Amino acid sequence: MKRVYPDKEYCIGCHLCELACITVHSKSQDLIIAYTQERLEDGLKACKRFQEKGPTCVALSCRHCDDPACVAACISGALQKDPETGATTYDIEKCVGCWSCLMACPYGAIQRHPTLNKIVKCDLCRDREGGPACVAACPNMALKFEER
Amino acid sequence: MLFQPINKNYHDYRIERDKDLCINCKVCIRQCAYEAHFWDEARQKVRHDNTKCVGCHRCEALCPTGALCIRLNESEFRPNACWRPIFMKNIYKQADTGGVLLAGMGSPVDIPVYWDNLLLDASQVTNPSIDPLREPMELKTFLGSKPDRVEFAAPAKGKKGKPKLTTKLAPQIELNYPIMFSAMSFGSINFNLHVAMARAATELGICYNTGEGGLHKSLYKYGKNTIVQVASGRFGVHAEYLNAGAGIEIKIGQGAKPGIGGHLPGEKINEKVSETRMIPVGSDAISPAPHHDIYSIEDLHQLIFALKEASRYRVPVSVKIAAVHNVAAIASGIVRAGADIVAIDGMRGGTGAAPAMIRDNVGIPIELAIAAVDQRLRDEGIRNRASIIAAGGTRCSADVVKAIALGADACYIGTAALLAVGCTLCGKCYTGKCPWGIATNDSKLSKRQNPDIAARKMANLIRAWGHEIEEMLGGMGLNSIESLRGNRDKLRAVGLSSTEMDILGVKHAGR
Repeated sequence: MKRVYPDKEYCIGCHLCELACITVHSKSQDLIIAYTQERLEDGLKACKRFQEKGPTCVALSCRHCDDPACVAACISGALQKDPETGATTYDIEKCVGCWSCLMACPYGAIQRHPTLNKIVKCDLCRDREGGPACVAACPNMALKFEER
Repeated sequence: MLFQPINKNYHDYRIERDKDLCINCKVCIRQCAYEAHFWDEARQKVRHDNTKCVGCHRCEALCPTGALCIRLNESEFRPNACWRPIFMKNIYKQADTGGVLLAGMGSPVDIPVYWDNLLLDASQVTNPSIDPLREPMELKTFLGSKPDRVEFAAPAKGKKGKPKLTTKLAPQIELNYPIMFSAMSFGSINFNLHVAMARAATELGICYNTGEGGLHKSLYKYGKNTIVQVASGRFGVHAEYLNAGAGIEIKIGQGAKPGIGGHLPGEKINEKVSETRMIPVGSDAISPAPHHDIYSIEDLHQLIFALKEASRYRVPVSVKIAAVHNVAAIASGIVRAGADIVAIDGMRGGTGAAPAMIRDNVGIPIELAIAAVDQRLRDEGIRNRASIIAAGGTRCSADVVKAIALGADACYIGTAALLAVGCTLCGKCYTGKCPWGIATNDSKLSKRQNPDIAARKMANLIRAWGHEIEEMLGGMGLNSIESLRGNRDKLRAVGLSSTEMDILGVKHAGR
């Protein structure tokens, strides 16, 4: 399946991927409102996490593993492996906020929702035409959406 | 300004931040290499310090909401035709530092750009124009010494076959476009851009020039599209290097700084540069002003042939000089010394660092130099013995066409190639902090140039110019770049004096 692959050689640490992520996951679909209002009021958060050390930086998000530890750990069935697309899906309604997935994920790709008892995780921008927003927003092609 | 030198407020740029659009996302802070943007903890918002802005526009380009606009600072001194603000600010700077004024990129001073005063011809009625989309159009260019005449041997009597060429031809560099990427050393620009130039040149079937910093081992595979340079510092020069490329260039001078050497500060010498230049990490790389083994045309002759010996006469040897007053006589000497190519760099040529006084006041424009050299070599009957490359201030495909009509065989482009990958001509290359990741070896900044993107952009630029050159040639009724070379009848001047037209060898428009 196609996944989002970060390239630490060319990640310039601009965080534009995060801004793209919160915009497409916002109610308003507007960067300014999403960042200045929804982020603060509704706890809107980017699915990506930035790792930075010295000159190296990289934007991490869910890897949609073939054999995901989070799905095995999920006690409520909120995290599932979609047999058709191969994506690791998250159903916010089913989630009980036990954080088992957070502890199980070896990549630290799952984050707590800032205000709700839920998690934040990459959904590969399922409904977005043209694929994941972070990949489209990266100015240096440091994120690639491809089969490997 | 508090705690600052009193002239600190005479800064060049102003950052305008639209309060309605700025969301305090800090992208500008992360992008600015000069720390002009900063996070104000007390006010909990992004702010900026105008005095630190160099006008590179990186923040403006990456701002996700378009909240930023970089403007010239409007503060105006009392108008004075003689003491223009630039001279006043320079004096304030030097009074503070006691140092030489450094500058980067080509000279911004208002010296005539003759390209703008030259117009091209087109066919009407009496001769047909050619549509390059429907008919063949040849841009292929061969650089190197051409024979005085060609001799053929006919097939033996009674036998069939084609005549055979018996003249031994000198080695040539074959180019699909009459354009090359000019010498920008590894060190002055970073490795990612060398990879990009090498890949783009290979894809296009043209050449790029290594500059004086040697060639990294991993780029030897692009050798067929590489010209290796030998300059006064001899950085990274060894037998394998000389045999790695399709041509060798002896750099005598550079258009942006004729008569002076180069100085790559130690901070730019990282592991990779050190290994390639064969100097210790962190040591300054100083190129002397002259080659210490060249004090005459005879000495140059020796070096040309030493390099030809070292490369077993397989590749042409080029000599690059800055366009200076006696350029025609010097070029004649260079051709007689055995050079296969003469590259001439005009005074608008770029640089990573040069004293501003030299860059803005020394040398002559490339248009006059090319015309003078081509004419001189023709008058002396030696024009065929060397190709001429025009460098320095080629801004568009029409400039290339005009340069070739004035007598050049091909053009080197440097600044245009850097513009293609994002350069905004802020001219702060010498600080080593290029926010576009070009003139820097800082590992955090240099990765702003992804070779995949840079190579594509450079290749796109040359292809686009290629299409335009074909259109212009077709319009003139020519189907080959060869037919344009030195064909000054295709040029007319507007607004030039008779001396200028005499040197350029062109008639005034209307004649």
